[in-house]
Amino acid sequence: MLRWLPEDVSPYGAGIDALFHLIYTLTAVVFLGVTTVMLIFLVRYRARDGRRAVYTHGNTRVEILWTIIPAAIFIWLGLLSKSQWETIRMTMPQTATTISITAKQFNWEILYPGPDGQFGTSDDKQVDNEIYVPVGQPIRVILRSKDVIHSLFLPNLRFKQDAVPGREIQVWFQANKPGKYEVPCAELCGFGHSGMKGWLYALSTEDYRQWQREQWPQTAELSIDAKPSTTEGAVWKAQAQLIFAWPKDDGAGTAQ
Amino acid sequence: MSEAVAPASFPSTHLSPTDVPRFWRTYIFSLDHKMIGKQFLVLSFAMLICGGLLALLMRWELAWPETPLPVIGASQQFIDSGEPHTAMDKIWQAWLAQDDNEQNWLARNMPTGAVTPAFYNSLFTMHATIMIFFVVTPFLVGGFGNFLIPLMIGAGDMAFPFLNMLSFWLTVPAAALVLYSFFVPGGAAAGGWTMYATLSVKAQYSGVEWGVNLWILSLLLLSVASLMGAINYITTIINLRAPGMWWFRLPLTIWALFITAILLLLALPVLTAALLLLWFDRTLGTGFFLPEGGGEPLLWQHLFWFFGHPEVYILVLPAMGLTSDILSTFSRKPIFGYHAMVLSMMSLAFLSWVVWGHHMFQSGMNPALGTAFMMTTLVIAVPSAIKTFNWLGTLWGGSIQLTSPMLFALGFVSNFVIGGLSGIYMASTPVDIYIHDTYFIVAHFHYVVAGIIFGMFAGLYYWFPKMFGCLLDEALGKVHFFLTYLFFNTTFFPMHFLGVAGHMRRIYNPTEYEFLQPMQGWNQFITYSAFCLFLAQLPLCVNLTWSLWRGRKATANPWHANTLEWSVASPPPHGNFVATPTVYRGPYEYSSPLVTEDWLPQDRALSPTDVSGR
Repeated sequence: MLRWLPEDVSPYGAGIDALFHLIYTLTAVVFLGVTTVMLIFLVRYRARDGRRAVYTHGNTRVEILWTIIPAAIFIWLGLLSKSQWETIRMTMPQTATTISITAKQFNWEILYPGPDGQFGTSDDKQVDNEIYVPVGQPIRVILRSKDVIHSLFLPNLRFKQDAVPGREIQVWFQANKPGKYEVPCAELCGFGHSGMKGWLYALSTEDYRQWQREQWPQTAELSIDAKPSTTEGAVWKAQAQLIFAWPKDDGAGTAQ
Repeated sequence: MSEAVAPASFPSTHLSPTDVPRFWRTYIFSLDHKMIGKQFLVLSFAMLICGGLLALLMRWELAWPETPLPVIGASQQFIDSGEPHTAMDKIWQAWLAQDDNEQNWLARNMPTGAVTPAFYNSLFTMHATIMIFFVVTPFLVGGFGNFLIPLMIGAGDMAFPFLNMLSFWLTVPAAALVLYSFFVPGGAAAGGWTMYATLSVKAQYSGVEWGVNLWILSLLLLSVASLMGAINYITTIINLRAPGMWWFRLPLTIWALFITAILLLLALPVLTAALLLLWFDRTLGTGFFLPEGGGEPLLWQHLFWFFGHPEVYILVLPAMGLTSDILSTFSRKPIFGYHAMVLSMMSLAFLSWVVWGHHMFQSGMNPALGTAFMMTTLVIAVPSAIKTFNWLGTLWGGSIQLTSPMLFALGFVSNFVIGGLSGIYMASTPVDIYIHDTYFIVAHFHYVVAGIIFGMFAGLYYWFPKMFGCLLDEALGKVHFFLTYLFFNTTFFPMHFLGVAGHMRRIYNPTEYEFLQPMQGWNQFITYSAFCLFLAQLPLCVNLTWSLWRGRKATANPWHANTLEWSVASPPPHGNFVATPTVYRGPYEYSSPLVTEDWLPQDRALSPTDVSGR
């Protein structure tokens, strides 16, 4: 079943896939175990003349055992998931590139800040449904929606985030392999939902510079030079800063 | 312990052909809980067929996107060239030549016989709405709840018979409204059964105007109807138990229905409030869910899922309860861990209030909150595991009779195991990033919610003799089980594969996506299976018809079961019990060493001769 997972090109996808494999193994073992036991019981204890069923109302020791064991497994799974979730969703790595993606019925509007790295200036460029990013670098995305809820889905990057009208959601992704990846909308957004999709072009450093030169030919010097790229997860983890934290007492004594 | 209502207070129901008003009182506006239960069963059965047909239209579209239906659809030559080739082509040509306003319903929603994207969105929205609100709940809670509660606790009727009748007769217009909404301009609601704001708020976003309004009205009516039922069930179970029917002597079916009624009572007001806010946003121009009106789209999701997750347990708990009863009866063995079963249902009900955020991991909700909801979600898996193991424990050492109700109960357990295990994938927040909103979740909730149909059928085969006084054919029942079980799994299991490949849910045409191309064969396989699953219900229809027409008469206790409903005639007379029964023991005293038979009814007083042999 797992061979149908699309190729993973993200820095954290391997962790998600490993967790998927782990749950797959666990659930497969439990499923086969329960089914086998059930089938054995159905054959072994089928009604036969002259045999009476065992008269028992249960066994406390066994029941405590099969409460504690699943509970322990679930807590362990929860802790494994928690740490990954925090690195993916609750931290923002240092990024050199920021793009704005605004969803609307039924397109992705991609806004590039241009050489000055600032949105709202004259060198901003907007393209529909085509996301160009340098490979091997974390990309900061400012995700918005103009009308209804959409969901930016990058299957190959194990990335998904809803775009909610009235909100500005900051997320990041990173493609570690040059290529062209499909970007469907994953949340029902109206009659044109099916077919609302774009493409992510992950470009090598040279190709990315070439693309930049084509987009902004007047600019002699590009300020958004790609940082040294890495395919290792360690760098973005080390540079990451916490973007969401548990509420802390600020010492001022106020509850809020 | 309170006294049951005296049977003498019920009027006799002997029907003479000339007595027309009495016909209405007996079959239409009946106050008898048994008749109301049967009415709910008939209503939900009709809605089940509607919901199933909607699903088949969707499956056709997914397997062969934008292709006309067989038989009624136009030919490909006609679509390509505009020249009619078949008789159907000529009809389509005439229909499609009309003005938009004059076009008939079919030509607007399925021009040339192919489903349009807007109609497809209505199809899955209404499929879910019908199956969840008008099939599972009316069948299990309305049908079995009404029929079984007074009989199993030893009461003459419900505490409030009139409220009971009102509850059914509010459900009927609710169902009529939801079906009628297909035919209003703009079509039926198309925002998914979750009706997420802002898509559901503005007509310009979804293209649906009155469809959504009717959807809201229908669910408001239904939620009032269900509230009446819930109050009635709770009152009846607390007050009308027969002498000796202590709380821990109640059959698990009654425990499940009791806990379900409490969940309904607490969850429905939240839905009602959310629906009213949506109604205000749509018709009065308020902005509770619109950012431009100072509102918040995620507020709808929080309200909806605060109701929606308990709703899942409202659907599944009754099936769990009756499965427990049926497994015990046909294993000829007491249920394994009765108290653990009751406690696990209580903890499922309690925990169902604190897991709603797991529907919203990717919604933009604070990710720290996601971690908290992941933990509660993993915790709720524990009572589910306990129930499964206790069911297995019940089979252990039994004397198992594989009757058709038993087979369906085992089918329910088997599907619940798969649905429960696949839920763990979604509970893990990082894994959910990838599989959220894909077919993996479609597979998961069909194993849980559509799997309930096995519980419904188990109950139907088990209590049919009691309800209608005639036996169903066992051979046909087994054929029905094996075909349904086979095609259920070939329909829903491959949806996991689609989900793993990233196949989004609620898309009209999967062939528009390059990364889904290799999976299209599975879509066609699922569609073939779904059609077979639909046809596999034929043996049931034949069985029901044949049995009601020519079936063998049922004795009072054909399964040799212990609970009180089997101590009265099949079907039970009006008022149920000739004399209020006294309960001496729990419901699961099968193979008790006290008696030579392998069953010991709850109301049987033991005399010294009974225990002589053992």
